[in-house]
Parts: sequence; structure tokens; C-alpha cells
Amino acid sequence: MATATPETSVSSILLAATALSSIRGERTLFADLSMTVRAGEVWQIEGPNGAGKSSLLRILTGLLPAQAGTVHFQGESITQCRDEYHQSLLFIGHKSGVKPELTAIENLEFYAAVQGQPLVEPPYELLANVGLVGLEDIPAQGLSAGQQRRIALARLWLTQAPLWILDEPFTALDVAGIALLEARFAEHVGQGGAIILTSHQPVNAEKFPLQRIALRYQH
Amino acid sequence: MWRWLHPYAKSEATFALNQKLLPWFLIPGLLLTLVGVIWGLAYAPPDYQQGESYRIIFVHVPAAIWSMGFYVSMAIAGLIALVWQIRTAEQAVLAIAPVGAVLTFISLFTGAVWGQPMWGTWWVWDARLTSQLILLFLYLGVMALYVAFEDERAGGKAASILALVGVINIPIIHYSVYWWNTLHQQSTITKVITRFESPSIAPEMLWPLVVNIFAFMGLAAALIIMRLNNELLRREIHRPWAQKILNTGDKENSDAV
Amino acid sequence: MANAARIFIQIVKRDLRVASRQRSDLLNPLIFLLIVVSLFPLGVGPGPDILARIAPGVIWVSALLSAMLGLERMFRDDFRDGALEQMMLLPVSLEVSVLAKIAVHWVMTAVPILFIAPLLALLLNLPTTAWGVLWVTLLLGTPVISAAGAIGVALTVSLNKGGALLSLLLLPLLIPLLIFATAAVEAAVSGLSATGPLALMGAFLVITITLAPFAVKAGLRVSVN
Repeated sequence: MATATPETSVSSILLAATALSSIRGERTLFADLSMTVRAGEVWQIEGPNGAGKSSLLRILTGLLPAQAGTVHFQGESITQCRDEYHQSLLFIGHKSGVKPELTAIENLEFYAAVQGQPLVEPPYELLANVGLVGLEDIPAQGLSAGQQRRIALARLWLTQAPLWILDEPFTALDVAGIALLEARFAEHVGQGGAIILTSHQPVNAEKFPLQRIALRYQH
Repeated sequence: MWRWLHPYAKSEATFALNQKLLPWFLIPGLLLTLVGVIWGLAYAPPDYQQGESYRIIFVHVPAAIWSMGFYVSMAIAGLIALVWQIRTAEQAVLAIAPVGAVLTFISLFTGAVWGQPMWGTWWVWDARLTSQLILLFLYLGVMALYVAFEDERAGGKAASILALVGVINIPIIHYSVYWWNTLHQQSTITKVITRFESPSIAPEMLWPLVVNIFAFMGLAAALIIMRLNNELLRREIHRPWAQKILNTGDKENSDAV
Repeated sequence: MANAARIFIQIVKRDLRVASRQRSDLLNPLIFLLIVVSLFPLGVGPGPDILARIAPGVIWVSALLSAMLGLERMFRDDFRDGALEQMMLLPVSLEVSVLAKIAVHWVMTAVPILFIAPLLALLLNLPTTAWGVLWVTLLLGTPVISAAGAIGVALTVSLNKGGALLSLLLLPLLIPLLIFATAAVEAAVSGLSATGPLALMGAFLVITITLAPFAVKAGLRVSVN
């Protein structure tokens, strides 16, 4: 079921999930799952479709209530410190959260501002880096799925949140995009951040240490 | 509250409790119905003004009273479901809704049947009938919202929220409808009906009415308990406890199935 | 607190911008309202007396129906593109964000109705003495539609069969609004004081705005998971 890696340091625990269970409909997705995420770690959640990867991520963010078990952020239950937790969390799910009527810059400005880190100037350089140069003024609905995905992922360069939870961040990205993202992951964990992600592609574990947790499809 | 409720979050415990409660509602309910109906229809004296047709109050009034009463109990179940996240309470909401809706419908139907000889028309926008009609809409809303969800848990929670919103709104609706009714000048005949619910009603008519009010409560509660137990079994049909009940064919348990 | 104010303003700003780029969505319910109101003279005959008699009810019923058309927009698009779940992860109580959504919805749907209200009154031959009161009932009543509507939309946003279901849930709850509003206008038509029903509308508004965000929050938690 769940294979958590034992670790010694207690001080730097960002997120601790204890004995989580999730039931969707009639089916138990997982039961008694525990994991401890420390600063500087990248966790990959593996498993076939329908094994409950997305559900687990959503439980960790607090969007979905678990049937049993608790999630603690820096020692406090996330239901108790919801606002502080969400201040320190960046979640990108299946749906990107990009408003199709707004341009890339308008979308990014909104997310930066609500996190309390408003952009001083439009992030042209960043957009160029993620391959959106020249597309700043087009509403996102005029862009391809991959380009919309890049707008959402560009938030990773603008945020100061220590914990990232990313559902399939590599989907719809090309090789260059994946390399760029992996470099950003390495930078983030190097600065003491932590990442929990799901991915169908194998994640290149050269640049950062990777912990894996495998969910099986339960009948 | 939580400590007291906690054991009944388990379907099995609720099922067992329901099985114990069921006879206490079902048997008095059946007996009182028998007594109340015979007393009301055969022995109570005819009304000096309305003749025999007044006897429909022995159905109309209990149905109207409990249609409102069960809406409130449904909302309380909804509150318990939402605050303490108790699944069996969600199922109770859905067990109550159709029973309450049928009671509301009975009160509307008997009201119309009664109104025909009294008012010379099947429907009058009388305050009482109008607020019963709106109550029926509220019940239908709760049921429609539940069936619209594929995920039964989500549907149950959504229905609970709506029931709560409705119960907060009911006094306002009730008040506004009565106020609206006095505003738009009404026929004086409605007063005749009101008379039966005032204390001035003759005791020979009052007592069978009281018996019928309790009879309706017993029967409706028994129906709700049966519905809830069926639902508990259906949702957990693969669990050992449900299998045991279904397979043994235990006489006591199978009554409700 | 500063956090809450900042996020409230940011959501309002973004949503106004989004709305300004899909103008047809805003215009259609308004045109619908105009059409429904003009159907009544065609249906009941153009006699000025009968029109004046039914005007308050017709205007308010039409306003309620047209509101049902545009309500779904409040959370539907956000639900589809993921902005709704991002909203639930903002570092602020969800009630604040919900109030921002309700405020934007009110500005985008009700303010245009307030502008065309005199036109509706004119079409239905409502005595000019009652125009002011009609306008005030719309001013007090439309935020109730937005706030109560948010509850209905929150509960149904994950379903693909919004429209009719939404009306089934909401219209019975909004009956007091219809009664108070038409009573106020009718009082003004017959030269009586409308302060009583207007005060009741005000009370209904306060109750709805205070309690609705909690119900919306609970509804969104059910719909988004």
C-alpha cells in the first residue's frame, strides 16, 4: 500500500499525513496511508489511473475531506490553520485555474496579488522563459492546451510558498518545458521548499532527491 | 451531543436502534388509525353548518400538521449530518423527504376536496393552502437536488444544506404569505375552517382529531424508519452485518426489509 | 483583515474584467427581461388599466425569471476552468471570496436592470408616482436574488443539468421577496405608504446577505471535491 521512507530530522517537517483513508463511491482508494514531507524533499505519488492519486493530493490540500486520518502542516491540523496553510501552499490541479478570458499576464497578476506578493512589473522575462513570448496580450482561450498549462506553471516562478502540490505538472509540456520545470524544482527544494507531485512520466531524479509512494488499484 | 450521537454514525448501530424503535411507532400508529378513523367517520357528530363534509379534517389537519413537523425534523437531521459529518443522518434526510412530501400533498388534496363544497371551487388562494403548496415545492426541491447527483454522499449533503436553508426561510415564507393574503381581500369562508383549530371546537370532534394526529405521526414515523433501514441495508449490502440480516431471514429483522 | 480586503478587491477586479469580455452573456438576460415584459400586453390586451394593475407583479416575476437565466454563470465557468478550486485555496475565509463573487454578480446583472426599470414601468403603464418605489424594491431585492442564487448555484454547479433544477430550488425560497416587493409597489400605486413592505425587504436583505455566504461555502465544499 504505502511505503513511507523513515527519516530522522523532526524539525523541518512541513506536512504530515497520518492514517489517511479515502472512499469514493463504494470503492476504497487507499486506507491507513501516512507520509511525512520535510523541507527539501520531492515526493512522487505513483499508481495507475483510478488509484486515487488526485484524491490524495486534494486531501492534502484540504479541498477534499478524508474519510479518516489527519493532515498536519508544521504541526497544526490543516483544518485549524487553513489560512496560514493556504498562504504557504501552491496547488495546481488537473484544471489549471487560468481564466480563459484573461491574458497570461492578467492571470499571473491575479494569483500574485491574492498571495500578497503583487508583481511590480509584468513578468515578461518569465513568460519568455516558459515559452510564451509574444503571447502576453492574447486571452488564454486563444492559446493551446500546452500554452495554458504553461501560464499556470509560471506561477511556480512567482510564488514564495514553500509547499507545492502539483497534479501531473508535466502533462502537455515538451522536452524543453520539462527540463525547465525540473530545474525550477531543484532550485525550490534547494531553498528549503518541498514538492508533492503525481506524474505518468518518470521524473528525472538527478537534480533532486525523489521519494516515491505507490498507490495500487484496489478492487 | 457528539458523544451521544457518535455510535449511530455506524449504519449497523442505527439499524439495530431502528429495529427496536419501529414497533413503538408502528403498532400504536396502526391502532390509533383504526380507532381515530372509525371514531371520526362514524361516531363524531355531524357539524351543524357543514354537515358530514367536515369529516375530512380528520385527515386534512393531521397531514397538514405533520407535513410541517417533518420538514423541521428533516432539517434537524440535515444539521446533524453537516455539523457532525454523520452519514446516517444524511440518509435520514432522504428517508423523511418523500414521506413529508406525500403528507403535504395529502393536505393539499384534502383541502381541495373540502374546499369544493365549501367554496364552490377546488382551489382558492387561501393563505393556508398557498403556504402548503410552497412547502410542497420545498420538499420537491430537496428530492430533486438529491437525485440530480450521481454521488449519493454528495447528493445527501447538498440536500441537507438545502433543507436547512429552507427551514430558515419557512417562517418568512409563512409570514409573508399570510400577510399577502390579508392584503388581497379574501372570502370570509376561510374563517369557517379556522374555527376547527381554535379551542372552541366541540370536544366530540376534538378527541377523534387528536387521536388521528397521533395516529398520523406514528404511521409516518414508522414509514420513515422502514425507509431509513432499507437505505442503510442497500448502501452497505456487501458488508457482513447486512449480509447476515439478509441471509438469516430473521423474522424480526425481515419485517422492515 | 487587510488580507481579506485585498483578496476581496482582487476577485472583484478580476471578475469584472472577465465579465467585461463576455458581454453577450450579460446582455441576454436583460433582453429576455424586456421581451417577457412586452409579452404581457400582447397576452392580456393593451388596456392601460389592466396593465397598470398587473405591472408590479409582471415586472417582478420577469425580473426573477431573467435572474434565473444568468445566475449559473456565477460559479459555472470558475468550476470548469479550475478557478473555483483555486479560490477555495486562497489564504482567507471562503465567505469573503463568496461575498466578492456575489457583489460582482449583482453589479453585472442588477445594475443594468435598475437602469431599464423606468422603461419597464413605462411599457406597462405603471403610474409615475410608483416609479420611485419600484426602483427601490429592485435596489433592495436584487442583492437577495444574487445572494440566495449563489446558494443554489453552489449546490448545483457540479451537475450538468443546472438551469431548471436551479429554478426549482430557488424560486420557492424567493417568494417572500416577490410578495414584499409587489406589495410595496402596489401600496405606492394606490397612494399609500410603502415603508412597511420596504422595511421588510430590507430585513430580508440583511438576513440573506448575512447567512448566504455560510450556506454557499457548505455548498461549494460539496460540489468541489
